[in-house]
Amino acid sequence: MSTQVFYFVATLSIIFSLMVIFAKNPIHSVLYLILTFFTFTVHYVLLNAQFLAVVNFIVYMGAIMVLFLFVLMLLNLNKETEPVKSPLIKIVGLIAGCCLVVTLVGSFKAATITSPLILKNPGLGLVENLGKELFGPFLLPFELSSLLLLAAMVGAVLLSKRDEVEA
Amino acid sequence: MENLTTQMAGVPLNHYIYLCAIIFTIGVIGVLTRRNAIVIFMSVELMLNAVNLLLTAFSVHSNDPSGQVFVFFIMALAAAEVAVGLAIIVMVYRNTKSIDINVLNRLKW
Repeated sequence: MSTQVFYFVATLSIIFSLMVIFAKNPIHSVLYLILTFFTFTVHYVLLNAQFLAVVNFIVYMGAIMVLFLFVLMLLNLNKETEPVKSPLIKIVGLIAGCCLVVTLVGSFKAATITSPLILKNPGLGLVENLGKELFGPFLLPFELSSLLLLAAMVGAVLLSKRDEVEA
Repeated sequence: MENLTTQMAGVPLNHYIYLCAIIFTIGVIGVLTRRNAIVIFMSVELMLNAVNLLLTAFSVHSNDPSGQVFVFFIMALAAAEVAVGLAIIVMVYRNTKSIDINVLNRLKW
């Protein structure tokens, strides 16, 4: 069962992400997206990136998914209201996507790295190691990201506020 | 946990590359073929997650924690992006009563 877990979870993540874009109902898309993020969390655990697994679980499956579901419920879009896109555009989009994946896989085959993934330092993805990195060389970007989050919060509140003057 | 991760040593790095390329492409197809703005946002999230997984795999491969720090920053950026983007979508819905992105084509000129 050594590497079987990876291939099983990889298959699951591909299936669920296909379901995200092919589900008719947006609510079903969000639910499949939650499952996809869960499989990504399993991938992080398998890579021994435990801090990222926990952050992925909390931020993506907690905060971002609640935001998506909340907006869907708020706009009352839980019925299949999506206008039908012409099949021509769908076929062209699919062909373009297939061309992209062929190009990507072909170019990665040229520059292939077949060496197996070996975890040299078992403490690589733990909180202690990442914290030392985050508050050492990456201190300035860390503080700047707090500024980014503040700006995003103010911007979101300002955007979704009703315009009192015009109304 | 230690047992499991030492057993994982057999997965080659290029299988991670292929998985992330496929999931990134699924995100691109979602952006190209859907008209619902929220589903398009979800496809963008899929693309971001594919890149995150690839960064983590390369970080483990080259034994460098910087890759995982980048993933942390990308997650913070994605949270900010989703908050502002959904606020814009709510705004568009309030003004046009629809989240069909083709309503926005008059922004072109």
